[in-house]
Amino acid sequence: MGKNFDEMAWHEYELGFMVTRPGCAAEYRTGDWRSQRPETDKSKCIKCGVCYLVCPEGAIGLAADGTYDFDLEHCKGCGICATECWTGCIRMIEEDE
Amino acid sequence: MAKRVGIEVSLAISEAVKQAKVDAVAAYPITPQTHIVEHLSELVADAELDAAFIPVESEHSAMSVCAGTAAAGARTYTATSSQGLALMNEILYIIPALRLPIVMTIANRALSGPISIWNDHSDIMGARDTGWIALFAENGQEAYDLTLQSFKIAEDHRVLLPISVNIDGFTLSHVIEPHEFLDQEEVDAFLPEYRPAVQLNPDQPVSMGMVGVPEIYAEAKKCQDEVLKNSEAVIKEVFAEFATRFGREYRVVESYRAEGAETLLLTMGSVSETAMEAIDILRDRQQRSVGLIRLRLWRPFPVAELRRAVAGCRRLAVLDRAVSFGATGGPVAEEVRSALYGIDGAPYVGSFIAGLGGRDITIDDFIALAGQVEKMAETNEIHQYKMTGVRE
Repeated sequence: MGKNFDEMAWHEYELGFMVTRPGCAAEYRTGDWRSQRPETDKSKCIKCGVCYLVCPEGAIGLAADGTYDFDLEHCKGCGICATECWTGCIRMIEEDE
Repeated sequence: MAKRVGIEVSLAISEAVKQAKVDAVAAYPITPQTHIVEHLSELVADAELDAAFIPVESEHSAMSVCAGTAAAGARTYTATSSQGLALMNEILYIIPALRLPIVMTIANRALSGPISIWNDHSDIMGARDTGWIALFAENGQEAYDLTLQSFKIAEDHRVLLPISVNIDGFTLSHVIEPHEFLDQEEVDAFLPEYRPAVQLNPDQPVSMGMVGVPEIYAEAKKCQDEVLKNSEAVIKEVFAEFATRFGREYRVVESYRAEGAETLLLTMGSVSETAMEAIDILRDRQQRSVGLIRLRLWRPFPVAELRRAVAGCRRLAVLDRAVSFGATGGPVAEEVRSALYGIDGAPYVGSFIAGLGGRDITIDDFIALAGQVEKMAETNEIHQYKMTGVRE
């Protein structure tokens, strides 16, 4: 790959600033936006998958043991998973903690 | 040689759109534009034009549909007027940003309120900064010719921008004039099939209309601005090719008996033909050194051509047919003053607003205007703009 999208000159972009590589939004690290991150007490996790379903960023993935892991490169820290978690095993903690 | 046919200008424009073999038309009727798309609808229904005619519930939808058909790679046309253009406004900005070469006729009409269906240039001035190329026609033949040329300009891969062809509502749209139509073979040779640079296609997916984060928004706008400014060269190329093929010459800045004139009038649109009559009287009967400049291209503003056209004249009377409320001048006059600012020997520029909401501008009005700007220039009268012909 050449330059990052935020290093290119105005004439180096695709026509009409369209996106020509499907899925390339994954390269944009929205995790930088976060002020709080989710933390899981996996001993309380019942593997229901609600967090996985409600995450608007698709930043939660199934782990080998059936619990769920967070993709902190893309998690924006919205906290919906923590609010919706049935057992309260997810809590949001400040990034500077 | 093509024969001259007397036909309503709106129908002549429809004929140009038919000969351009558009793939899609989405439009909503609005006076005084209605005859154009009404006729296109008939042509599609009669199978004389193989296109999708998409009736919509508003102009906002019309332009949105046009965005979709153009993105899918269809040669796309629409037409509107006044409130309809205003309702399209949100989508108008998106079309050039996506580089979609839509051609639109605007039958220029005043904006409400008070409600007016009559002609002035308020509508296009409100859409001035949307990033569309804007051309002005002065008569039916020009409306027909410019419509055909617009497809070629818009679709040029160095341009890929939408174009509005402005015709004065009623004054042009509803009058019957003689037109010389090109043969279909001539049109086909001049305007080949549209070859989109990119189009929506499931086999090669692209996403159009993406978010522009702060890191790229300015680059996107810079790109759009450069492409619009550079389109002037392509417009001239297409005008030149049209002239070579068909003998009718167009320039981005037109003039009439302007050589050596000490006073110039500057107009846009059909009123230019009235102004020419006034110039003939001023020149031939009154032996006064007065000529006329007519802006054919409004966006991108032809700065260099304008400077060249007015070089040597002492006074310039710019006629605007729209008000920019509380501004420093009429919309056209403001641009002209800016274009001439700091130029050695630049003429005195008078800004006059007339012909609002269908008020006639007569030959006598132009003769009076020439006298008025000469008088104002004598004392270098500093002014923003004057609304003329208003009862005090």
